[in-house]
Amino acid sequence: MSQFLDMFLIGISAASIYALMAISMVLVWRSTRVVNFAQAGMALLSAYLGYELVSRTGNFWIALPLAMILGAAFSAFIEFFLMRTLLKHSNQGAIAAIAPIIATLGLLGVIRAVIGFIWGHADVQLEAPLSTVGYKVGDTILFIGPMGLFVIVFVVTLLIIVTIVFQKTNIGLALRASAYAPEIAQLSGIRVSGIRTLGWAIAGAAGAAAGILQTVNGTGALTPESLEFSLLLVFGFIAAVIGGLESLPGAVLGSLVLGLVLAFVQIYISGTLVFIVAFLLLLTLLIIRPQGFLGSKAGRRA
Amino acid sequence: MLRINGLTVSHGAIRALDGITFSVNKGELTAVIGSNGAGKTTLMRTLSGLKSAEGGSATWNDHNLLHGKPEHHVRQGISHVSEGKSVIPQLTVEENLDLGALFRRNPTEAKTSKAEVFELFPRLQERRGQQADTLSGGERQMLAISRAYMARPQLLLLDEPSLGLAPLVIEQIFQSIRHIVDSMGVTVVLVEQNAMGALKIADYGVVLNLGTIAASGKASDLIADPAVRAAYLGF
Repeated sequence: MSQFLDMFLIGISAASIYALMAISMVLVWRSTRVVNFAQAGMALLSAYLGYELVSRTGNFWIALPLAMILGAAFSAFIEFFLMRTLLKHSNQGAIAAIAPIIATLGLLGVIRAVIGFIWGHADVQLEAPLSTVGYKVGDTILFIGPMGLFVIVFVVTLLIIVTIVFQKTNIGLALRASAYAPEIAQLSGIRVSGIRTLGWAIAGAAGAAAGILQTVNGTGALTPESLEFSLLLVFGFIAAVIGGLESLPGAVLGSLVLGLVLAFVQIYISGTLVFIVAFLLLLTLLIIRPQGFLGSKAGRRA
Repeated sequence: MLRINGLTVSHGAIRALDGITFSVNKGELTAVIGSNGAGKTTLMRTLSGLKSAEGGSATWNDHNLLHGKPEHHVRQGISHVSEGKSVIPQLTVEENLDLGALFRRNPTEAKTSKAEVFELFPRLQERRGQQADTLSGGERQMLAISRAYMARPQLLLLDEPSLGLAPLVIEQIFQSIRHIVDSMGVTVVLVEQNAMGALKIADYGVVLNLGTIAASGKASDLIADPAVRAAYLGF
């Protein structure tokens, strides 16, 4: 029973961070039809910015929102100066399909190098502001402590805010319309290119939160070559694809499925199989239901 | 007044419009007819800013239509309903309507426009909460026109609203277009393959053929013209 509870908590905990990453991939995909591999680098950069802000202000609770704002600004900057120029100049033939992918991969390398240049290649430590020791219930120690609980509550709150913004506000309507039908949005007077930049900015903020929360929820160590952030990108992408790559609820559902399946494998089979299972899950899904769980008509609402 | 002078537009090496000249009076309904590939859709896309022109000029009052993005023209009172039921299927009927008025800063005025739309097409009010992809073809076309109307246009460009619809529905849509011109003072340019239907409700007609104007004049005169009848009206 306690094993089962652990599995559930590990799964939800991982899923909440995958969900932020998946959402940022979905938002970028919907606004520019680009899979942003640099998202891992942007999240890593935001985590370093979080580290820098914590060491300067001494307060994690100020550093977290500030780093998210900086992450949003950096992401908007990339869209405005890099992606726009790129899509304008290489928009025809085979190169149009490949150029954005190579560009985001290249950017990933550049960001890692710049981080190494600024903060050095040795580990830096982003300390968790709350205890990571699990809550004690009777004799058993749960997988989740105050820090883990905060992460889940924070992510759920962000998801609720994002849902309200997308479903209930004018800006949200403009974001959805521009994603589904850019030409009709334009013909309705929406400044689609500005809305596109806004989509990237929201993605940047979500990615920044993912990077910081993953770090404080784990060991707290950061390196420019961090493998954890590459895995975060891969898992976030898989979760987004499970959800259909177009749908925000789909991305959250995909993250839950992925988080719980991987937790099951980790607890009941072996931790070393996690990566293989994640890929098998992706492959199976792409063969059986390539449009994702919510990639069909019903799911494309948000 | 819409003035088009020597307008020339190309798709790569193919010249789609070859120096066409005509004008449309304020408050009138002008039908642009012609067969497939005559350049009708190109004309509409150029006027709304989706396609750039090679030469000539096009102005609505003092506003230059050949300069600036589509969203800019919409804000100046020029709305375009593109070919093929241009609604967003993933959004609800009401969201599609709200989208049309999103750039307007006055919510009360937008509400008035919505009430007018619901009066014109009561069916849309009944289905306001439904996703647009559950609508029939005719209802979608009503929604597309209504979305454009929500921007409170002075000039409305309609590209083949009758495409793929049943005769009875076409009749209803055409009557609504006439109503938008007569009661709401909107100037309309209506592109149609359904030449007879369009000319019947229009004040003025322009016949396009391979990128040039083959005939133009009062709609009633065009219907009476034996050459136009033989070539475009099929009898």
